[in-house]
Amino acid sequence: MPVQYEGIRQEHVAVRKSAGMFDVSHMGEIETSGPQAEDLLQRLLSNDVTKIADRGAQYSMLCRDDGGVLDDLFTYRLGPDRFLTVTNASNHEKDLAWFREHAGEFDAEVTDAHERWAMLAVQGPEARAAVERVAEGELPARMRTADVAIAGVECLACGTGYTGEDGVELLIPPDGAAAVWDALLEQGVVPAGLGARDTLRLEVCFHLYGNDLSEDRNPIEAGIAWCCKLDTGFIGADALRDLEPEQTLVPFAFTGAGIPRQGNPVRTATGEGVVTSGSLSPCLDVGIGMAYVPVAAAAPGTELEVDVRGKLRAAEVREKPLYRKETSG
Amino acid sequence: MAEASYPEDLKYHAEHDWARIEGDTATFGITWYAQDALGEVVFFDPPEVGTSVSKDQAYTEVESVKAVSDVIAPLSGEIVEVNEDLSDSPEKVNSDPYGEGWMVKVKLSDQSELDQLMDVNQYKELLQTGS
Repeated sequence: MPVQYEGIRQEHVAVRKSAGMFDVSHMGEIETSGPQAEDLLQRLLSNDVTKIADRGAQYSMLCRDDGGVLDDLFTYRLGPDRFLTVTNASNHEKDLAWFREHAGEFDAEVTDAHERWAMLAVQGPEARAAVERVAEGELPARMRTADVAIAGVECLACGTGYTGEDGVELLIPPDGAAAVWDALLEQGVVPAGLGARDTLRLEVCFHLYGNDLSEDRNPIEAGIAWCCKLDTGFIGADALRDLEPEQTLVPFAFTGAGIPRQGNPVRTATGEGVVTSGSLSPCLDVGIGMAYVPVAAAAPGTELEVDVRGKLRAAEVREKPLYRKETSG
Repeated sequence: MAEASYPEDLKYHAEHDWARIEGDTATFGITWYAQDALGEVVFFDPPEVGTSVSKDQAYTEVESVKAVSDVIAPLSGEIVEVNEDLSDSPEKVNSDPYGEGWMVKVKLSDQSELDQLMDVNQYKELLQTGS
């Protein structure tokens, strides 16, 4: 996927106002199946896997024993004993090895499904309608999956995304991917690149692995304790119990000029921090970002200073999400 | 966005900057090629009047949504005027790189440096051979 096709801002606005599509075929997939597939995933994934409904979806962390985050993942239940987990491209091999390393004690099979699927994220208020016009069968509801033929290609459609907009993510057999892309292009869906994908997710404060999440950070300080169900006994749960982190991840916006970037130091009244994601917000037209700051500086409204290549820029901790869709219109 | 163009009356620097010489002062900006490579300029950090700039050294930054780029001085001197309009409308760097997208005016300190800049034909040649 290129950084941009026509321009980050146009592509970003297309997703917010109409429909855009991202070729995210680089993302990996791991299939876990067998009588104890659910038990294996319950051990590996931080969320309560037993709560995934048939054809449902769930977000979770993959943690090390010490609670460090190996990856953040979406898992889909395709059948009682069959699951598909979508990995971040750069973590796929590492995740696969981790899955296999722990599969031994379970009656479950772990399969690398990366080569089986191309992936297209179709996002925006008009995304579903555009996909529906070339689909046979009904698209899945939010956080559900369905087998649907799109442009004549049998796809696994998922009601998920990474933009804060409605839409679907389509898992497509690779040899049919071009036909789906072309059909959606004909429906007016705008190709969007990595640049817009990053600004869209940042405006709604979705974490990006490698920026906001890493093996050196745990889910509690990353502010995603909600998807860590400690009583399920997942790997890392013991380390996260009773953890009182010194820092926490907060969204912020600049109150004046400038654009924050990953790695910029942050100064607060109660200590130092660091920007993990930063950009100009195309919708808000100010610099926005996420930063790890001391817990005492995490309340919305707290003033921060961000050191952008030697210039101190004024910022303020904000509520999540940084961008909220107008619900009136 | 403007069509690719490289005015004949300008001097060019290999880092894709231009200089318009008017006696002992010069106006600086970035070329069509530079703004096209950068994408939509969303932030211009205006340097201060009175600052010294050195040939081949960065004197300010421009930012697109995704990236930060240094802007290199094609000649040495002291900044005497800054295009303050770019603070509110940085996109003028894209729409009119040789006009409203100018960045600074500089009182030159070393006229002999002029000989080291390219004319339009040399610059176009540089672009064709790959820079």
